[in-house]
Amino acid sequence: MTTVIVDRRAQKGKSTANRQRVLKRLDRALKAQVDKLVARHKLQESDRAVEVTIERKDVTEPHFSLDPVSGLTGKIIPGNDQYRVGDKIPHNPAQGRGGGQGAGDGQADEEDSFRFVLSREEYLSLLFDELELPALVKKELLQIDETRFKRGGVVRYGNPGSVCITRTFKASLGRRIAAEAQHEEALVAAEAALVAARESANPARIQAAELALKDLRDTPAEIPFLDPVDLRHRALIEIQTPCTAAVMFCLMDVSSSMDEKRKDLAKRFFTLLYLFLTRKYKKVDLVFIRHTDQAQEVDEDTFFNGTQAGSTKVLSALAKMNEIIDARFPASKYNIFGAQASDGDSFGGDSTESSAYLLSQLLPYARYFVYAEVGERPVQGTTSLWAAYRAIKSDHFNMATVSARSEVYPALAKLFQREN
Amino acid sequence: MLKGSEWTLDDLLGIEQMCARHAARYRLDTFPNQLEVISSEQMLDSYVSSGLPVNYGHWSFGKHFLIENANYRSGANSLAYEIVINTDPCIAFLMEDNSLAMQALVIPHACFGHNSFSKGNYLFRQWTQPDAILDYMLFARNYIADCEERYGFERVEQTLDALHALRDQGLDKYKRPSRLDTRKERVEQAKRLAAAQETMRQAEYYSLVPQSAKATKADTIFPANPEENLLYFLEKHAPKLEPWQRELARIVRKIAQYFYPQRQTQVMNEGWATFWHHRLINDMYDAGQIDQGILLECLHSHTNVIRQREYSGLNPYALGFAAWNEIKRVCEKPTDEDREYLPDVAGKDWLETFHDIMQNYRDESFLLQFLTPKLVRDFRLMNIQTREGLDHWTVDHTASPEGFKSIRSQLSAAYRLESAMPEISVMRYAHDTDRKLFLQHQSYSGKMLLKDQADQTLKHLRWLWGFDVSLETVDQNGATLRIY
Repeated sequence: MTTVIVDRRAQKGKSTANRQRVLKRLDRALKAQVDKLVARHKLQESDRAVEVTIERKDVTEPHFSLDPVSGLTGKIIPGNDQYRVGDKIPHNPAQGRGGGQGAGDGQADEEDSFRFVLSREEYLSLLFDELELPALVKKELLQIDETRFKRGGVVRYGNPGSVCITRTFKASLGRRIAAEAQHEEALVAAEAALVAARESANPARIQAAELALKDLRDTPAEIPFLDPVDLRHRALIEIQTPCTAAVMFCLMDVSSSMDEKRKDLAKRFFTLLYLFLTRKYKKVDLVFIRHTDQAQEVDEDTFFNGTQAGSTKVLSALAKMNEIIDARFPASKYNIFGAQASDGDSFGGDSTESSAYLLSQLLPYARYFVYAEVGERPVQGTTSLWAAYRAIKSDHFNMATVSARSEVYPALAKLFQREN
Repeated sequence: MLKGSEWTLDDLLGIEQMCARHAARYRLDTFPNQLEVISSEQMLDSYVSSGLPVNYGHWSFGKHFLIENANYRSGANSLAYEIVINTDPCIAFLMEDNSLAMQALVIPHACFGHNSFSKGNYLFRQWTQPDAILDYMLFARNYIADCEERYGFERVEQTLDALHALRDQGLDKYKRPSRLDTRKERVEQAKRLAAAQETMRQAEYYSLVPQSAKATKADTIFPANPEENLLYFLEKHAPKLEPWQRELARIVRKIAQYFYPQRQTQVMNEGWATFWHHRLINDMYDAGQIDQGILLECLHSHTNVIRQREYSGLNPYALGFAAWNEIKRVCEKPTDEDREYLPDVAGKDWLETFHDIMQNYRDESFLLQFLTPKLVRDFRLMNIQTREGLDHWTVDHTASPEGFKSIRSQLSAAYRLESAMPEISVMRYAHDTDRKLFLQHQSYSGKMLLKDQADQTLKHLRWLWGFDVSLETVDQNGATLRIY
């Protein structure tokens, strides 16, 4: 009989597969949770693990069981220090007997819900699911490592999986031609030596020269078709994420026409852009500018949750952005990104003025400016802001209507494609 | 001499060997031990697969992991110090954050207590194959993964969901199950599939052609005797299941069956293991192998384990430990009362008696035979009763000489698994008409099924069966109480 001792501690993640199964099972419940979290979280918090609460009823597993309330029930109780035969003890309502009304189901003690932590990847995947991101973009955003690799050039050493066949054959061909040419030269020299030897009529010398020539004639077969020196591998080169800083301006119309649904769409729009920028830049500053007929720089909470009455003047927000750029974010040191969300309502000459201001004052400095018109599209025609912005022709500018979650990504798609 | 709280793998091995030497004196016969040191996450993994180191994939295991993990992280539950199941070699999982003293406690508990119990007890000997279970689990996992690939993730999941709902009805409670043998299982699987398909085809054929007078002999009731094992019945007779679904039914019931002996010997088994860890730790101390600090910490944990709260559920560790100690006392220093109630034990050699009892009883019979009046008094047990519609309990018996026999039989009955699990059998399969399946729940003392659970479980059952299924609860006179 031998005893074995095994240290299992290093083996981790046995439950991962089953965890994925249960998350899949809980998909709907989790998405509802994610909705709440998106509304509650700050943009910077959208990139980390979150805690969620799941109702047990979402994951019940039924089985035949006896109703504890029904019929005759007997129990053995330890520690009796006061009761005698025939005594009556009232039901404890807390234990689910509910005065015999059949309310308890024996599981009253169990909590109705349980909490667990969704990892960053799991949370983002759920978030992206609704946004219907293309797989490649999803992968890009889920990746967290700082350095990434790109195919680039050919190197001599690498693992067998990365052999570049065409280049290897080219190298082999070159080597063989070179080796044969060298051989050819040696052959010519050997023949010349033989002729010279014959002329000298020295039998020992003739024999040596004949032998050398024969040796040379036999060797061509020894030039290997492939030699380790021929091997070429496709190289991966490291690309550093740009060590530069970016600033993201969030501009939003907060006049009363921006309802909850529009704000939810706007928030998802900003979140996705923010996540995208954090993958590209080491440091991303956030500036929130809300506006009605005048603009204000506010903190995130006020930005998404505060309300303000007033009409709409987009120009005020754009001017504010320009002012902040001048004061704090010089274009030489920052990559400037602008994201504007609005329902598109604007009055009088504001639209055209804004459009002109954007084109002349902001776009020259901005890496990118994207305008998302959130909410239902007008039944006919376009909103005044849309009509005015449409005139802008610039590589740094994009606009889109976002009336559903699945339309958030298309609004930013151009940016993603460009950057990738 | 071991001291302090830090340990190394060699210390664990040392403890095991010291225990082995002491255990030999008590003739504890064990499977070879395999000690595995695991982290808390791995302990949670073990929880969800009932201690089996290999299991197939299913979301419900993931769910249990999340719930146990949440309880553990929030501090609601602490984790077990060890977990052990009946395998050969006997694998005992020891938590990495146990102190040296805790390891000195759990090694004798798991590796000698539980280990010798599962090697010696008749239920385990007759109903489980500790040398075959791991192979079988591996086979099950691979087979199910293979099914997922072949027939689709969703269909396999749905099938398993439905089968899990009927897990408790997949047990042979009286008939001994056949041996687990993975190699045979693989070979026979193919044969079984072919045969099942052939039977189905023939059944289809005979249902279409005009039948002879002999075949249509009216009212042949099938099955001839009620079948208690629903999963077995489904596997063999469900008209619409695909062959692989029948195999899944087989796997689910085989695994449920494996744990059946454990569920029937909880008090005995835990009491036995607690008795022996207590004994072996004291022996190690007496032999100068552990220091006083370790002994005291062990005793402290030991007392926590056997704590019995008043007016709450019975702690199987406390009850079992007390029961075994009582048997020892009755062997060594019997009183007149003991001689009256336990004449076969009083004055016998205690070790001999221990082995005999451990080998030949389960909780129900153990308590019925060996519960002493002194234990009932020490625990101050009472028996209370209530009836549906009443708003109070009535005290029926207390720990008095008159109440003893009644409390003993009540307690024993409480550990009869059959009384905790609803007894549901297949009464009739209308194979020649609409293929309806008739189930009957035998009710005792007016106990009904939980309506909501029963309805949902029936939904799963109907899906598996493919035709209508009816379930009725009948009382002991055969009168129908409720139809689901």
